[in-house]
Amino acid sequence: MPLDETPGCAAAAATRYPSAPMLGLETVWFQVAGSVCNLACAHCFISCSPSNRTHAMLDLAAVEAHLRDAEGLGVREYYFTGGEPFLNPEILAILDAALRYGPATVLTNGTLITAKRARELRALSDASSYSLDIRLSLDGFDAAGNDAIRGAGTFARILEAIGNLSSAGLNPVITVTEACTEAGDSRGRGRLLERLRALGLERPRLKVMPLLLLGAETDRTRGYAAGETLAGVALEEADAAALQCASGRMVTAEGVFVCPILIDSPEARMGATLAETLRPFPLRHRACHTCHAQGLNCRT
Amino acid sequence: MMGNPYVTQADSQVGEFRRAAFFGGVYSNHLALAAALKLARSLRVDAVFALGDFGAFGPHPDRSVEILRGNGIISIQGNYEEALSQAAGDCRCGYVDPRDNHYARLSFDYTAMKTAAGHKAWMGTLPRNLRMTLGGQRVLCCHGSPRRINEFLWASSTSDAFLRKLLDDYQADLLLCTHTGLHWSRFLPAEGNGGRSARGIINVGALGRPANNGRTEVWFAVVERASGETKVEFVPVAYDHAKLASEMADEGLPPEFRATILTGWWTTCLEILPAKERAAGKF
Ligand code: SF4
Ligand code: SF4
Ligand SMILES: [Fe+2]
Repeated sequence: MPLDETPGCAAAAATRYPSAPMLGLETVWFQVAGSVCNLACAHCFISCSPSNRTHAMLDLAAVEAHLRDAEGLGVREYYFTGGEPFLNPEILAILDAALRYGPATVLTNGTLITAKRARELRALSDASSYSLDIRLSLDGFDAAGNDAIRGAGTFARILEAIGNLSSAGLNPVITVTEACTEAGDSRGRGRLLERLRALGLERPRLKVMPLLLLGAETDRTRGYAAGETLAGVALEEADAAALQCASGRMVTAEGVFVCPILIDSPEARMGATLAETLRPFPLRHRACHTCHAQGLNCRT
Repeated sequence: MMGNPYVTQADSQVGEFRRAAFFGGVYSNHLALAAALKLARSLRVDAVFALGDFGAFGPHPDRSVEILRGNGIISIQGNYEEALSQAAGDCRCGYVDPRDNHYARLSFDYTAMKTAAGHKAWMGTLPRNLRMTLGGQRVLCCHGSPRRINEFLWASSTSDAFLRKLLDDYQADLLLCTHTGLHWSRFLPAEGNGGRSARGIINVGALGRPANNGRTEVWFAVVERASGETKVEFVPVAYDHAKLASEMADEGLPPEFRATILTGWWTTCLEILPAKERAAGKF
Protein backbone atom coordinates (compact mmCIF):
# COMPACT_ATOMS: atom_id res chain seq x y z
CA MET A 1 0.00 0.00 0.00
CA PRO A 2 1.72 3.18 -1.10
CA LEU A 3 1.58 6.34 0.93
CA ASP A 4 -0.85 8.97 -0.20
CA GLU A 5 0.78 10.20 -3.37
CA THR A 6 0.43 13.91 -3.12
CA PRO A 7 1.60 15.71 -6.21
CA GLY A 8 4.42 18.14 -5.57
CA CYS A 9 7.65 17.95 -3.68
CA ALA A 10 8.21 15.96 -0.51
CA ALA A 11 8.84 19.06 1.55
CA ALA A 12 5.46 20.50 0.68
CA ALA A 13 3.80 17.20 1.57
CA ALA A 14 5.60 17.08 4.92
CA THR A 15 4.17 20.41 5.98
CA ARG A 16 0.66 19.37 5.10
CA TYR A 17 0.38 16.41 7.44
CA PRO A 18 0.26 16.41 11.23
CA SER A 19 2.83 14.35 13.13
CA ALA A 20 2.35 11.92 15.97
CA PRO A 21 4.61 12.81 18.90
CA MET A 22 6.66 10.12 20.67
CA LEU A 23 5.63 10.60 24.28
CA GLY A 24 7.59 7.68 25.67
CA LEU A 25 7.70 4.05 24.61
CA GLU A 26 5.00 2.14 26.48
CA THR A 27 3.81 -0.63 24.22
CA VAL A 28 6.01 -2.84 22.07
CA TRP A 29 4.53 -5.15 19.47
CA PHE A 30 6.39 -8.14 18.02
CA GLN A 31 5.50 -9.57 14.66
CA VAL A 32 6.57 -13.01 15.87
CA ALA A 33 5.09 -14.98 13.00
CA GLY A 34 5.99 -12.59 10.22
CA SER A 35 3.24 -12.54 7.60
CA VAL A 36 2.72 -16.29 7.70
CA CYS A 37 -0.70 -17.53 8.72
CA ASN A 38 -2.46 -20.87 8.46
CA LEU A 39 -5.58 -18.94 7.38
CA ALA A 40 -6.04 -16.34 4.63
CA CYS A 41 -8.91 -14.15 5.81
CA ALA A 42 -10.71 -11.89 3.39
CA HIS A 43 -10.36 -8.90 5.77
CA CYS A 44 -6.72 -9.36 6.77
CA PHE A 45 -5.09 -5.95 6.59
CA ILE A 46 -1.64 -7.41 5.93
CA SER A 47 -2.90 -10.16 3.60
CA CYS A 48 -1.35 -12.93 5.66
CA SER A 49 -1.50 -16.46 4.30
CA PRO A 50 0.41 -19.75 4.38
CA SER A 51 2.48 -18.51 1.44
CA ASN A 52 3.02 -14.83 2.35
CA ARG A 53 6.74 -14.64 3.20
CA THR A 54 7.02 -10.85 2.96
CA HIS A 55 7.92 -10.71 6.62
CA ALA A 56 10.03 -13.40 8.28
CA MET A 57 9.43 -14.79 11.76
CA LEU A 58 11.26 -13.41 14.78
CA ASP A 59 13.32 -15.86 16.78
CA LEU A 60 13.71 -15.99 20.57
CA ALA A 61 17.18 -14.42 20.54
CA ALA A 62 15.96 -11.41 18.56
CA VAL A 63 12.92 -10.97 20.80
CA GLU A 64 15.09 -11.16 23.92
CA ALA A 65 17.48 -8.50 22.61
CA HIS A 66 14.56 -6.12 22.00
CA LEU A 67 13.05 -6.97 25.41
CA ARG A 68 16.29 -5.91 27.11
CA ASP A 69 16.26 -2.62 25.19
CA ALA A 70 12.59 -2.13 25.99
CA GLU A 71 13.19 -2.60 29.69
CA GLY A 72 15.77 0.19 29.69
CA LEU A 73 13.24 2.45 27.93
CA GLY A 74 10.54 1.89 30.56
CA VAL A 75 8.15 -0.17 28.41
CA ARG A 76 4.93 -1.14 30.11
CA GLU A 77 3.50 -4.00 28.00
CA TYR A 78 4.13 -6.37 25.09
CA TYR A 79 1.91 -7.59 22.26
CA PHE A 80 2.58 -10.57 19.99
CA THR A 81 1.05 -10.90 16.57
CA GLY A 82 1.68 -12.15 13.03
CA GLY A 83 0.37 -13.77 10.92
CA GLU A 84 -0.45 -16.50 13.40
CA PRO A 85 1.89 -16.42 16.44
CA PHE A 86 1.42 -20.12 17.22
CA LEU A 87 3.12 -21.02 13.94
CA ASN A 88 6.36 -19.75 15.48
CA PRO A 89 8.08 -22.85 16.89
CA GLU A 90 9.55 -20.80 19.78
CA ILE A 91 6.34 -19.01 20.73
CA LEU A 92 6.06 -20.47 24.24
CA ALA A 93 9.66 -19.60 25.08
CA ILE A 94 9.10 -16.12 23.64
CA LEU A 95 6.00 -15.52 25.77
CA ASP A 96 7.81 -16.90 28.80
CA ALA A 97 10.66 -14.44 28.20
CA ALA A 98 8.29 -11.50 27.77
CA LEU A 99 6.39 -12.34 30.94
CA ARG A 100 9.60 -11.80 32.90
CA TYR A 101 9.58 -8.15 31.73
CA GLY A 102 5.92 -7.24 31.80
CA PRO A 103 2.38 -8.17 30.80
CA ALA A 104 1.99 -9.93 27.45
CA THR A 105 -0.93 -10.18 25.05
CA VAL A 106 -0.97 -12.59 22.15
CA LEU A 107 -3.30 -12.07 19.17
CA THR A 108 -4.26 -15.37 17.62
CA ASN A 109 -6.85 -16.96 15.38
CA GLY A 110 -6.94 -19.80 17.90
CA THR A 111 -6.97 -22.63 15.39
CA LEU A 112 -3.64 -24.00 16.66
CA ILE A 113 -4.58 -23.92 20.35
CA THR A 114 -4.94 -27.57 21.22
CA ALA A 115 -5.88 -28.77 24.71
CA LYS A 116 -2.18 -29.38 25.42
CA ARG A 117 -1.14 -25.94 24.22
CA ALA A 118 -3.87 -24.33 26.33
CA ARG A 119 -2.48 -26.08 29.42
CA GLU A 120 1.04 -24.90 28.54
CA LEU A 121 -0.23 -21.34 28.27
CA ARG A 122 -1.93 -21.68 31.63
CA ALA A 123 1.39 -22.79 33.15
CA LEU A 124 3.14 -19.74 31.66
CA SER A 125 0.46 -17.48 33.03
CA ASP A 126 0.68 -19.02 36.52
CA ALA A 127 4.47 -18.65 36.57
CA SER A 128 4.36 -14.86 36.14
CA SER A 129 2.98 -12.11 38.32
CA TYR A 130 2.14 -10.26 35.09
CA SER A 131 -0.97 -10.96 33.05
CA LEU A 132 -0.92 -13.14 29.96
CA ASP A 133 -3.87 -12.10 27.84
CA ILE A 134 -4.98 -14.11 24.85
CA ARG A 135 -6.96 -12.31 22.16
CA LEU A 136 -8.83 -14.62 19.93
CA SER A 137 -10.50 -13.30 16.82
CA LEU A 138 -13.93 -14.45 15.73
CA ASP A 139 -16.01 -13.06 12.87
CA GLY A 140 -19.58 -13.99 13.43
CA PHE A 141 -22.22 -15.81 15.43
CA ASP A 142 -22.17 -18.91 13.30
CA ALA A 143 -20.18 -20.85 10.77
CA ALA A 144 -21.95 -19.18 7.85
CA GLY A 145 -20.93 -15.65 8.87
CA ASN A 146 -17.45 -16.44 10.15
CA ASP A 147 -16.38 -18.95 7.53
CA ALA A 148 -17.33 -16.66 4.64
CA ILE A 149 -14.56 -14.33 5.81
CA ARG A 150 -12.08 -16.68 7.43
CA GLY A 151 -12.40 -19.91 5.45
CA ALA A 152 -14.43 -23.12 5.59
CA GLY A 153 -14.38 -24.97 8.90
CA THR A 154 -12.66 -22.20 10.84
CA PHE A 155 -15.65 -21.38 13.06
CA ALA A 156 -15.70 -24.88 14.51
CA ARG A 157 -11.94 -24.79 15.09
CA ILE A 158 -12.10 -21.42 16.83
CA LEU A 159 -14.88 -22.65 19.10
CA GLU A 160 -12.80 -25.68 19.94
CA ALA A 161 -9.90 -23.39 20.91
CA ILE A 162 -12.18 -21.34 23.14
CA GLY A 163 -13.27 -24.57 24.82
CA ASN A 164 -9.66 -25.68 25.26
CA LEU A 165 -8.65 -22.37 26.83
CA SER A 166 -11.67 -22.37 29.07
CA SER A 167 -10.95 -25.93 30.27
CA ALA A 168 -7.40 -24.84 31.08
CA GLY A 169 -8.81 -21.99 33.16
CA LEU A 170 -7.85 -19.23 30.76
CA ASN A 171 -10.31 -16.55 29.72
CA PRO A 172 -9.45 -15.14 26.29
CA VAL A 173 -10.65 -11.76 25.05
CA ILE A 174 -12.77 -12.50 21.99
CA THR A 175 -12.23 -9.82 19.37
CA VAL A 176 -14.79 -9.32 16.65
CA THR A 177 -14.19 -6.94 13.77
CA GLU A 178 -16.88 -4.76 12.37
CA ALA A 179 -17.01 -7.17 9.43
CA CYS A 180 -19.40 -8.93 11.78
CA THR A 181 -22.02 -6.22 11.48
CA GLU A 182 -24.34 -7.58 14.20
CA ALA A 183 -21.61 -7.09 16.81
CA GLY A 184 -22.02 -3.34 16.55
CA ASP A 185 -25.30 -3.05 18.47
CA SER A 186 -26.12 -4.08 22.00
CA ARG A 187 -28.58 -6.85 21.05
CA GLY A 188 -26.02 -8.44 18.80
CA ARG A 189 -23.42 -8.16 21.53
CA GLY A 190 -25.79 -9.76 23.99
CA ARG A 191 -26.35 -12.72 21.64
CA LEU A 192 -22.64 -13.16 21.12
CA LEU A 193 -21.98 -13.06 24.87
CA GLU A 194 -24.70 -15.70 25.41
CA ARG A 195 -23.08 -17.87 22.79
CA LEU A 196 -19.70 -17.56 24.50
CA ARG A 197 -21.24 -18.46 27.86
CA ALA A 198 -22.76 -21.53 26.28
CA LEU A 199 -19.24 -22.50 25.18
CA GLY A 200 -18.10 -22.58 28.78
CA LEU A 201 -16.69 -19.08 29.20
CA GLU A 202 -18.26 -18.05 32.51
CA ARG A 203 -17.03 -14.47 32.24
CA PRO A 204 -16.90 -13.81 28.49
CA ARG A 205 -14.76 -10.88 27.40
CA LEU A 206 -15.59 -9.24 24.08
CA LYS A 207 -13.99 -6.42 22.12
CA VAL A 208 -15.24 -5.03 18.81
CA MET A 209 -12.51 -3.72 16.48
CA PRO A 210 -12.78 -1.32 13.55
CA LEU A 211 -11.57 -2.57 10.17
CA LEU A 212 -8.59 -1.15 8.32
CA LEU A 213 -9.05 -0.69 4.62
CA LEU A 214 -5.68 -2.25 3.79
CA GLY A 215 -4.35 -5.49 2.35
CA ALA A 216 -6.97 -8.13 1.51
CA GLU A 217 -9.71 -5.92 2.97
CA THR A 218 -9.41 -3.59 -0.04
CA ASP A 219 -10.74 -6.41 -2.27
CA ARG A 220 -13.48 -7.43 0.16
CA THR A 221 -14.90 -3.95 0.67
CA ARG A 222 -12.92 -0.97 -0.60
CA GLY A 223 -9.69 0.93 -0.18
CA TYR A 224 -9.42 4.41 1.27
CA ALA A 225 -10.99 7.21 -0.72
CA ALA A 226 -8.88 10.18 -1.76
CA GLY A 227 -10.28 12.48 0.94
CA GLU A 228 -9.59 10.00 3.73
CA THR A 229 -6.22 11.27 4.92
CA LEU A 230 -5.09 13.56 7.66
CA ALA A 231 -3.83 16.14 5.16
CA GLY A 232 -4.37 19.60 6.50
CA VAL A 233 -5.81 18.27 9.80
CA ALA A 234 -4.56 19.99 12.94
CA LEU A 235 -4.47 17.27 15.61
CA GLU A 236 -5.51 18.18 19.14
CA GLU A 237 -2.77 17.32 21.61
CA ALA A 238 -4.97 14.78 23.40
CA ASP A 239 -5.99 13.09 20.13
CA ALA A 240 -2.39 12.84 18.97
CA ALA A 241 -1.37 11.42 22.35
CA ALA A 242 -4.03 8.71 22.04
CA LEU A 243 -2.64 7.32 18.77
CA GLN A 244 -0.79 4.03 19.08
CA CYS A 245 2.24 5.52 17.38
CA ALA A 246 2.58 8.17 20.12
CA SER A 247 3.55 5.51 22.66
CA GLY A 248 4.18 2.26 20.79
CA ARG A 249 6.37 0.61 18.16
CA MET A 250 6.32 -2.63 16.16
CA VAL A 251 9.33 -4.94 16.01
CA THR A 252 9.61 -7.11 12.88
CA ALA A 253 12.41 -9.22 11.46
CA GLU A 254 13.13 -6.31 9.10
CA GLY A 255 13.48 -3.69 11.81
CA VAL A 256 11.32 -1.48 13.98
CA PHE A 257 8.23 0.06 12.40
CA VAL A 258 6.12 2.95 13.61
CA CYS A 259 3.06 0.79 14.39
CA PRO A 260 1.62 -2.68 13.72
CA ILE A 261 -0.57 -1.32 10.93
CA LEU A 262 1.99 0.06 8.49
CA ILE A 263 4.50 -2.77 8.25
CA ASP A 264 4.00 -3.02 4.51
CA SER A 265 5.10 0.60 4.03
CA PRO A 266 8.90 0.92 3.81
CA GLU A 267 8.59 4.56 4.91
CA ALA A 268 7.18 3.36 8.21
CA ARG A 269 10.42 1.54 9.15
CA MET A 270 12.06 3.86 11.68
CA GLY A 271 15.24 2.02 12.67
CA ALA A 272 16.92 -1.24 13.63
CA THR A 273 16.49 -0.86 17.39
CA LEU A 274 13.70 0.57 19.53
CA ALA A 275 15.93 3.35 20.82
CA GLU A 276 16.48 4.59 17.26
CA THR A 277 12.76 5.12 16.71
CA LEU A 278 11.91 7.50 19.53
CA ARG A 279 10.97 10.47 17.39
CA PRO A 280 7.74 11.93 15.93
CA PHE A 281 6.21 10.32 12.84
CA PRO A 282 4.38 12.21 10.05
CA LEU A 283 0.85 10.84 9.61
CA ARG A 284 0.82 10.66 5.82
CA HIS A 285 -0.75 7.25 5.45
CA ARG A 286 -4.42 6.75 4.77
CA ALA A 287 -4.75 4.23 7.61
CA CYS A 288 -3.85 7.09 9.93
CA HIS A 289 -7.26 8.45 9.07
CA THR A 290 -8.97 5.36 10.57
CA CYS A 291 -6.81 5.52 13.69
CA HIS A 292 -7.72 9.10 14.25
CA ALA A 293 -11.40 8.88 13.31
CA GLN A 294 -12.13 5.70 15.29
CA GLY A 295 -9.77 6.12 18.21
CA LEU A 296 -8.26 2.74 17.35
CA ASN A 297 -6.04 1.49 20.11
CA CYS A 298 -5.00 -1.70 21.74
CA ARG A 299 -6.51 -1.37 25.21
CA THR A 300 -8.63 -4.23 26.44
CA MET B 1 13.67 20.63 39.22
CA MET B 2 13.89 23.25 36.52
CA GLY B 3 13.75 21.85 33.06
CA ASN B 4 11.97 18.64 34.00
CA PRO B 5 8.61 18.72 32.19
CA TYR B 6 7.17 16.18 34.63
CA VAL B 7 7.67 18.23 37.76
CA THR B 8 5.50 21.31 37.73
CA GLN B 9 4.59 24.20 40.00
CA ALA B 10 1.05 22.88 40.09
CA ASP B 11 2.09 19.95 42.29
CA SER B 12 1.14 20.85 45.82
CA GLN B 13 3.81 20.37 48.52
CA VAL B 14 2.32 19.50 51.87
CA GLY B 15 5.27 18.82 54.15
CA GLU B 16 6.83 16.03 56.14
CA PHE B 17 5.09 13.04 57.70
CA ARG B 18 6.12 9.83 59.39
CA ARG B 19 2.96 7.76 59.28
CA ALA B 20 -0.09 8.59 57.24
CA ALA B 21 -3.36 7.05 56.05
CA PHE B 22 -4.38 7.17 52.41
CA PHE B 23 -7.95 6.75 51.20
CA GLY B 24 -8.70 5.75 47.61
CA GLY B 25 -11.99 6.21 45.74
CA VAL B 26 -14.85 6.91 48.15
CA TYR B 27 -17.54 6.60 45.46
CA SER B 28 -20.11 8.20 47.79
CA ASN B 29 -19.77 5.44 50.38
CA HIS B 30 -20.15 7.86 53.28
CA LEU B 31 -20.70 5.04 55.80
CA ALA B 32 -17.39 3.39 54.91
CA LEU B 33 -15.64 6.76 54.86
CA ALA B 34 -16.82 7.60 58.39
CA ALA B 35 -15.78 4.14 59.63
CA ALA B 36 -12.38 4.41 57.91
CA LEU B 37 -11.71 7.81 59.40
CA LYS B 38 -12.41 6.55 62.88
CA LEU B 39 -10.19 3.55 62.30
CA ALA B 40 -7.36 5.64 60.82
CA ARG B 41 -7.37 7.92 63.86
CA SER B 42 -7.20 4.94 66.18
CA LEU B 43 -4.13 3.83 64.23
CA ARG B 44 -2.36 7.05 65.28
CA VAL B 45 -1.53 8.47 61.88
CA ASP B 46 -0.11 12.00 61.44
CA ALA B 47 -2.47 12.84 58.59
CA VAL B 48 -5.20 11.45 56.37
CA PHE B 49 -5.18 11.92 52.61
CA ALA B 50 -7.90 11.23 50.04
CA LEU B 51 -6.79 10.54 46.48
CA GLY B 52 -9.93 11.49 44.57
CA ASP B 53 -13.21 10.04 43.24
CA PHE B 54 -15.37 11.08 46.16
CA GLY B 55 -18.55 10.54 44.18
CA ALA B 56 -19.92 7.74 41.93
CA PHE B 57 -21.60 4.43 42.57
CA GLY B 58 -23.08 5.14 46.02
CA PRO B 59 -25.85 7.36 47.43
CA HIS B 60 -25.97 11.00 48.60
CA PRO B 61 -22.61 12.26 47.28
CA ASP B 62 -22.64 15.37 49.47
CA ARG B 63 -22.45 13.33 52.65
CA SER B 64 -19.00 12.04 51.72
CA VAL B 65 -17.77 15.45 50.63
CA GLU B 66 -18.93 16.94 53.93
CA ILE B 67 -16.98 14.33 55.90
CA LEU B 68 -13.84 15.04 53.85
CA ARG B 69 -14.14 18.82 54.14
CA GLY B 70 -15.20 18.80 57.78
CA ASN B 71 -12.30 16.69 59.01
CA GLY B 72 -9.29 18.28 57.41
CA ILE B 73 -8.63 15.37 55.10
CA ILE B 74 -6.03 16.50 52.57
CA SER B 75 -7.59 15.83 49.17
CA ILE B 76 -6.64 15.74 45.52
CA GLN B 77 -8.80 15.50 42.40
CA GLY B 78 -9.87 12.25 40.83
CA ASN B 79 -11.43 12.02 37.41
CA TYR B 80 -14.81 12.55 39.10
CA GLU B 81 -13.80 15.82 40.72
CA GLU B 82 -12.20 16.97 37.50
CA ALA B 83 -15.38 16.15 35.56
CA LEU B 84 -17.83 17.56 38.12
CA SER B 85 -15.93 20.81 38.62
CA GLN B 86 -15.67 21.37 34.87
CA ALA B 87 -19.31 20.40 34.25
CA ALA B 88 -18.09 17.69 31.88
CA GLY B 89 -20.54 15.40 30.11
CA ASP B 90 -19.20 12.17 31.59
CA CYS B 91 -17.01 10.78 34.35
CA ARG B 92 -13.87 10.29 32.25
CA CYS B 93 -13.39 6.96 33.96
CA GLY B 94 -11.62 5.65 30.88
CA TYR B 95 -13.75 2.53 30.23
CA VAL B 96 -13.95 1.17 26.72
CA ASP B 97 -16.75 -1.40 26.92
CA PRO B 98 -20.36 -0.31 26.13
CA ARG B 99 -21.90 -2.08 29.17
CA ASP B 100 -19.29 -0.59 31.50
CA ASN B 101 -19.96 2.83 30.03
CA HIS B 102 -23.71 2.39 30.49
CA TYR B 103 -23.28 1.92 34.26
CA ALA B 104 -20.64 4.64 34.45
CA ARG B 105 -23.18 7.02 32.93
CA LEU B 106 -25.90 6.12 35.46
CA SER B 107 -23.47 6.84 38.30
CA PHE B 108 -22.25 10.06 36.83
CA ASP B 109 -25.65 11.51 36.01
CA TYR B 110 -26.91 10.72 39.51
CA THR B 111 -23.80 12.16 41.19
CA ALA B 112 -23.70 15.29 39.05
CA MET B 113 -27.35 15.96 39.83
CA LYS B 114 -26.96 15.39 43.58
CA THR B 115 -23.71 17.26 44.23
CA ALA B 116 -24.09 20.81 45.56
CA ALA B 117 -22.65 23.57 43.40
CA GLY B 118 -20.43 24.75 46.26
CA HIS B 119 -18.86 21.31 46.55
CA LYS B 120 -18.27 21.17 42.81
CA ALA B 121 -16.47 24.51 43.01
CA TRP B 122 -14.33 23.20 45.90
CA MET B 123 -13.40 20.15 43.80
CA GLY B 124 -12.09 22.53 41.15
CA THR B 125 -9.66 24.04 43.65
CA LEU B 126 -8.02 20.72 44.54
CA PRO B 127 -4.57 19.87 43.18
CA ARG B 128 -4.14 16.91 40.81
CA ASN B 129 -0.90 15.69 42.31
CA LEU B 130 0.50 16.12 45.78
CA ARG B 131 4.06 15.87 46.97
CA MET B 132 5.26 15.23 50.52
CA THR B 133 8.08 13.55 52.30
CA LEU B 134 7.54 10.53 54.46
CA GLY B 135 10.49 9.87 56.72
CA GLY B 136 12.71 11.55 54.15
CA GLN B 137 11.31 9.70 51.13
CA ARG B 138 9.85 11.69 48.27
CA VAL B 139 6.21 10.72 47.93
CA LEU B 140 3.99 11.62 45.00
CA CYS B 141 0.22 11.13 45.39
CA CYS B 142 -1.97 11.03 42.32
CA HIS B 143 -5.32 9.59 41.28
CA GLY B 144 -4.72 7.27 38.30
CA SER B 145 -1.10 7.91 37.49
CA PRO B 146 0.93 11.11 37.79
CA ARG B 147 0.62 11.71 34.06
CA ARG B 148 -3.03 10.77 33.47
CA ILE B 149 -5.81 11.17 35.99
CA ASN B 150 -7.71 8.18 34.59
CA GLU B 151 -4.85 5.79 33.88
CA PHE B 152 -5.36 2.35 35.40
CA LEU B 153 -2.36 1.01 37.30
CA TRP B 154 -3.14 -2.66 37.96
CA ALA B 155 -0.67 -4.98 39.65
CA SER B 156 -0.52 -7.45 36.76
CA SER B 157 -0.14 -4.89 33.98
CA THR B 158 2.34 -2.43 35.48
CA SER B 159 5.83 -3.60 34.61
CA ASP B 160 8.78 -2.80 36.86
CA ALA B 161 10.40 -1.01 33.92
CA PHE B 162 7.40 1.28 33.53
CA LEU B 163 7.19 1.92 37.26
CA ARG B 164 10.90 2.83 37.37
CA LYS B 165 10.38 5.25 34.50
CA LEU B 166 7.43 6.94 36.23
CA LEU B 167 9.46 7.31 39.44
CA ASP B 168 12.44 8.71 37.54
CA ASP B 169 10.39 11.07 35.37
CA TYR B 170 8.47 12.44 38.33
CA GLN B 171 11.41 12.45 40.74
CA ALA B 172 9.71 10.38 43.41
CA ASP B 173 10.61 7.39 45.58
CA LEU B 174 7.09 6.30 46.27
CA LEU B 175 4.05 6.64 44.05
CA LEU B 176 0.59 6.49 45.65
CA CYS B 177 -2.50 6.08 43.49
CA THR B 178 -6.05 4.68 43.36
CA HIS B 179 -8.62 4.72 40.45
CA THR B 180 -8.64 0.95 39.86
CA GLY B 181 -10.39 0.00 43.11
CA LEU B 182 -7.90 -2.79 43.85
CA HIS B 183 -5.13 -2.30 46.42
CA TRP B 184 -1.62 -3.56 45.85
CA SER B 185 1.96 -2.49 46.36
CA ARG B 186 5.33 -3.37 44.92
CA PHE B 187 8.89 -2.27 45.56
CA LEU B 188 11.49 -2.34 42.82
CA PRO B 189 14.28 -4.85 43.17
CA ALA B 190 17.39 -3.16 44.57
CA GLU B 191 20.22 -2.66 42.11
CA GLY B 192 22.82 -5.32 42.63
CA ASN B 193 22.10 -6.88 46.01
CA GLY B 194 18.96 -8.83 45.19
CA GLY B 195 16.77 -7.36 47.94
CA ARG B 196 14.06 -4.77 47.51
CA SER B 197 14.77 -1.10 47.14
CA ALA B 198 12.92 1.67 48.94
CA ARG B 199 11.30 2.80 45.69
CA GLY B 200 7.91 1.57 44.70
CA ILE B 201 4.20 1.97 44.20
CA ILE B 202 1.18 1.69 46.45
CA ASN B 203 -2.28 1.56 44.98
CA VAL B 204 -4.23 2.37 48.12
CA GLY B 205 -7.43 0.64 46.96
CA ALA B 206 -10.92 2.06 47.47
CA LEU B 207 -13.35 2.82 50.28
CA GLY B 208 -16.27 2.98 47.91
CA ARG B 209 -16.65 -0.62 46.95
CA PRO B 210 -15.13 -3.92 48.06
CA ALA B 211 -12.08 -5.38 46.36
CA ASN B 212 -13.80 -7.99 44.15
CA ASN B 213 -12.78 -10.77 46.52
CA GLY B 214 -16.09 -11.92 47.99
CA ARG B 215 -15.57 -9.90 51.20
CA THR B 216 -17.73 -6.90 52.02
CA GLU B 217 -14.97 -4.86 53.70
CA VAL B 218 -13.34 -1.97 51.88
CA TRP B 219 -9.69 -0.96 52.16
CA PHE B 220 -7.28 1.88 52.79
CA ALA B 221 -3.53 2.05 53.27
CA VAL B 222 -1.36 3.18 56.14
CA VAL B 223 2.20 3.96 55.11
CA GLU B 224 4.99 4.46 57.59
CA ARG B 225 8.66 5.16 57.20
CA ALA B 226 10.63 4.01 60.23
CA SER B 227 14.27 2.98 60.74
CA GLY B 228 15.02 3.14 57.03
CA GLU B 229 12.10 0.89 56.05
CA THR B 230 8.84 1.70 54.31
CA LYS B 231 5.97 -0.26 55.81
CA VAL B 232 2.68 -0.59 53.97
CA GLU B 233 -0.39 -1.87 55.75
CA PHE B 234 -3.69 -2.41 53.96
CA VAL B 235 -6.49 -1.98 56.47
CA PRO B 236 -9.88 -3.65 55.94
CA VAL B 237 -12.86 -1.53 56.98
CA ALA B 238 -16.04 -3.25 58.08
CA TYR B 239 -19.07 -0.94 58.01
CA ASP B 240 -22.84 -1.14 57.78
CA HIS B 241 -22.91 -2.24 54.15
CA ALA B 242 -26.52 -3.45 54.39
CA LYS B 243 -27.55 0.07 55.32
CA LEU B 244 -25.62 1.49 52.38
CA ALA B 245 -27.34 -0.97 50.04
CA SER B 246 -30.74 0.06 51.32
CA GLU B 247 -29.91 3.74 50.86
CA MET B 248 -28.84 2.89 47.31
CA ALA B 249 -32.17 1.16 46.70
CA ASP B 250 -34.06 4.19 48.05
CA GLU B 251 -32.12 6.40 45.66
CA GLY B 252 -32.95 4.19 42.69
CA LEU B 253 -29.37 3.12 42.04
CA PRO B 254 -28.95 -0.09 39.98
CA PRO B 255 -29.38 -3.48 41.69
CA GLU B 256 -26.02 -4.50 40.17
CA PHE B 257 -24.28 -1.88 42.32
CA ARG B 258 -26.09 -3.02 45.44
CA ALA B 259 -25.11 -6.61 44.73
CA THR B 260 -21.45 -5.57 44.74
CA ILE B 261 -21.81 -3.87 48.12
CA LEU B 262 -23.63 -6.89 49.58
CA THR B 263 -21.49 -9.68 48.13
CA GLY B 264 -18.03 -8.21 47.65
CA TRP B 265 -17.96 -9.17 43.95
CA TRP B 266 -17.82 -6.60 41.16
CA THR B 267 -20.69 -6.84 38.69
CA THR B 268 -19.82 -3.92 36.40
CA CYS B 269 -16.76 -2.10 35.04
CA LEU B 270 -15.10 -5.45 34.51
CA GLU B 271 -13.93 -5.29 30.91
CA ILE B 272 -11.02 -3.03 31.76
CA LEU B 273 -9.45 -5.68 34.03
CA PRO B 274 -6.31 -7.50 32.87
CA ALA B 275 -6.45 -11.31 32.76
CA LYS B 276 -5.21 -11.95 36.30
CA GLU B 277 -7.45 -9.44 38.04
CA ARG B 278 -10.42 -10.63 36.00
CA ALA B 279 -9.76 -14.26 36.88
CA ALA B 280 -9.75 -13.43 40.59
CA GLY B 281 -13.34 -12.16 40.57
CA LYS B 282 -16.63 -13.95 40.16
CA PHE B 283 -18.01 -12.15 37.08
S1 SF4 C 1 -6.74 -11.87 9.92
FE1 SF4 C 1 -5.46 -13.00 11.35
S2 SF4 C 1 -6.09 -15.14 11.07
FE2 SF4 C 1 -6.81 -14.03 9.30
S3 SF4 C 1 -5.18 -14.24 7.77
FE3 SF4 C 1 -4.80 -12.32 8.85
S4 SF4 C 1 -3.39 -12.93 10.48
FE4 SF4 C 1 -4.33 -14.80 9.76
S1 SF4 D 1 -1.63 3.97 11.10
FE1 SF4 D 1 -2.28 4.76 13.09
S2 SF4 D 1 -0.75 4.04 14.54
FE2 SF4 D 1 0.11 3.85 12.47
S3 SF4 D 1 1.23 5.74 12.09
FE3 SF4 D 1 -0.83 6.05 11.30
S4 SF4 D 1 -1.96 6.97 13.01
FE4 SF4 D 1 -0.11 6.10 13.84
FE1 LIG E 1 -11.09 7.26 39.15
